[in-house]
Amino acid sequence: MASKGVCEEKKDADNNEESDVVPDFEPGASLESMLVTTDSFEELEQEMDSSFDERQMKESTTSTISEIQEELNDTTVPEDSSSEQDDKIIENDEVEEIASQLSETSLTSNEDANAAATPVGSLPEEDYWQNPEWKERKKHVFILSAAGKPIYSRYGTEDKLVTIFGVMQALVSFVQTNQDTIRSIHTGNSKFVFLIKGPIILVSVSRTTESVSQLVLQLTYVYNQVVSVLTSSQLNRIYEQRRNYDLRRLLAGAERLIDHLLNFMEREPAFLLGAVKCLPLTPSVRDSITQTIVQTCGKIKNLVFAILLAKSQLITLVRMKKYFIHPADLHLIFNLVNSSESFKASESWTPICLPKFDSSGFLYGHVSYLSDDCQACLLLLTVDRDVFFTLSEAKQKIVEKLRRSNCLEAINESVNRPSYTASQVGVPEMRHFLYKCKSTAQFWSPALEPPYHTTEESQRLLGLYQALHHHLHAASRPLKLLHQQLDKETMLGWVTSGFELYVTFEPLITKHSAINAVNKLLRWIKKEEDRLFILNAPTF
Amino acid sequence: MRTIEAKVVVLGAQGVGKTSMVVRYVGKMFSHHISPTIGASFFTCRLNVEDTRVKLQVWDTAGQERFRSMAPMYYRNANAALIVFDITQYETFDAMKTWVKELQRNVLEPMVLSVVGNKTDLESRRQVTREEALQYAASIGGNYFESSAVNDEGIEDVFLNTAIGLIRLAQDSLCSSLRIYDLSDPMSPVSSVGNESGVGQNHHSLQMTSVEHAEVERPRLCC
Repeated sequence: MASKGVCEEKKDADNNEESDVVPDFEPGASLESMLVTTDSFEELEQEMDSSFDERQMKESTTSTISEIQEELNDTTVPEDSSSEQDDKIIENDEVEEIASQLSETSLTSNEDANAAATPVGSLPEEDYWQNPEWKERKKHVFILSAAGKPIYSRYGTEDKLVTIFGVMQALVSFVQTNQDTIRSIHTGNSKFVFLIKGPIILVSVSRTTESVSQLVLQLTYVYNQVVSVLTSSQLNRIYEQRRNYDLRRLLAGAERLIDHLLNFMEREPAFLLGAVKCLPLTPSVRDSITQTIVQTCGKIKNLVFAILLAKSQLITLVRMKKYFIHPADLHLIFNLVNSSESFKASESWTPICLPKFDSSGFLYGHVSYLSDDCQACLLLLTVDRDVFFTLSEAKQKIVEKLRRSNCLEAINESVNRPSYTASQVGVPEMRHFLYKCKSTAQFWSPALEPPYHTTEESQRLLGLYQALHHHLHAASRPLKLLHQQLDKETMLGWVTSGFELYVTFEPLITKHSAINAVNKLLRWIKKEEDRLFILNAPTF
Repeated sequence: MRTIEAKVVVLGAQGVGKTSMVVRYVGKMFSHHISPTIGASFFTCRLNVEDTRVKLQVWDTAGQERFRSMAPMYYRNANAALIVFDITQYETFDAMKTWVKELQRNVLEPMVLSVVGNKTDLESRRQVTREEALQYAASIGGNYFESSAVNDEGIEDVFLNTAIGLIRLAQDSLCSSLRIYDLSDPMSPVSSVGNESGVGQNHHSLQMTSVEHAEVERPRLCC
């Protein structure tokens, strides 16, 4: 529902614009998508919020991974499936055994290592959380167990913050005793946002301009990251067995994934938009890369996804028929690849849980960079943990074929080429924009140019987009079009059934020229759409 | 000239330097910014010892507790194990013993066991004495090495001795999962055919050895 003024503006725009921009004009739109698309932020948020619980309820009967495995078992020889089951049994026993062993052992080595790594860690315990540097952080994120045990703190060591964790747990359980759930506390310019997810509690303490729902979304991503490392079934089982379990033991080495994810979310609009950016490539090159993967891997039965990415941008994605990947899962994969230098040294065989795909189990990923001279990362995700060598061989063949067809070169060229800038679009008053195509869950944005080239300014810009996004998607009063004249820039947001567009203009632009500029921009995106977006949804 | 192909698993607690060791040996470099291994990484390398070529398929496993349940798939059918600890952290020495016990329990075939005390560059912070480690290694019928991935000390010895151990194992032909080829026709095994199940599907391994970025080939003379 848009306000009256906004409606009028839109009508004006239609009248004034002599061009062919029709209401259902959607650059980048496609009938098929390899990504799970969600219609709006509200839905995404809701979905992010609810799906786990639903999934957990259904878990015993349906799991996407076991579904695929069952299908495979129909075609594989019985011996194989029985050996697979053996593995599973070992795994479960093993996990339980370890879980019980671990909870007895102390954490001393970890504490020492952490204390040495953080300079503030050397402060006396009682002063630690009064440390000004710690207090002045803009956004703290904490994870604790329902029993109040510290699991993660974005800054500083959890052990030195036990009292604070105690307070957080007390707040949560105090509200719970009244059969209610604490969502957020607002004081001065700080927001305390809580998210309770089964056996763990996530808390964000923020002095940024982000809205509560945006902070909840971030916490949900953090939870997803934890699930991606452990699976929800393992997480729940552990706490069912031992309410007091110290989860840091199992998350050891994964804190950096959470750290990296939080920083990633602070500079990437992808999370806000719930969409993925593609590496610009000429359609013929992208098709030939896709076909190479399809042809090489087509006969590998249990392969679910093949994902090729570079610089947090998708090059191509091939999927098993019937199965789709959620942008939120893809973001976690980007985060994993970006924060793991070790993938560059060799081929890896990595268990990855994709929470939106199936939070109850692991997929196994053959992860490798294409070659020393092409820094694109290929992930081959399967449900079968015994096919490393099959996938390794397939990867080599893919690289050979891509090299012969000059695709490696084309990827390098695109990676190294400076990205389009807003000025190349030919609208001088426009500084920057975000365009999301809803039907494919893909988005595109130009490179940041002055004045937004510094970290500080680029974060301010993302803040402006967040605020704009929040106004447009406010649950109580969603808008279709919003024109904001601010001190340093003018922002325009436009949400239609097909796309979402967020544009930053020079501060003094008139509404009329802003609308004209937007139409010009949409035509430009339409012209470039087959380079900027993946318009098909290939399967094996 | 014969070719022996063997599966080697690298085990040990987190942060002891397993990946640093392997990368130092295979890639000839050291990075202070290496991230923890997730799951496991696969490397191949070749050594020539006298008249035998030894191809090693090295599985560098993750040390974190949560990957422990994956370990069987890497040590299953392994012919050699490098079990690494950090000489400056006594608990990693204990963890190493746990790994040895697990191997003894689950791997029935004979294997070449090497215990490696890493980080000798931090000698001043040593918590595990050489004597204690030597004694332990002897008690399990393994060799003991000390190494520093930072200074590139002792690592060549670990791999060379593993290769020599594997040649002996092949001579005794005690080990059915070890593959021995005649060089004139490398595609057909001249002796025992290994167990074909699990990650170590050996019939794929020939192609595997040509992974470019993870390959070393060096001539070796053995005394």
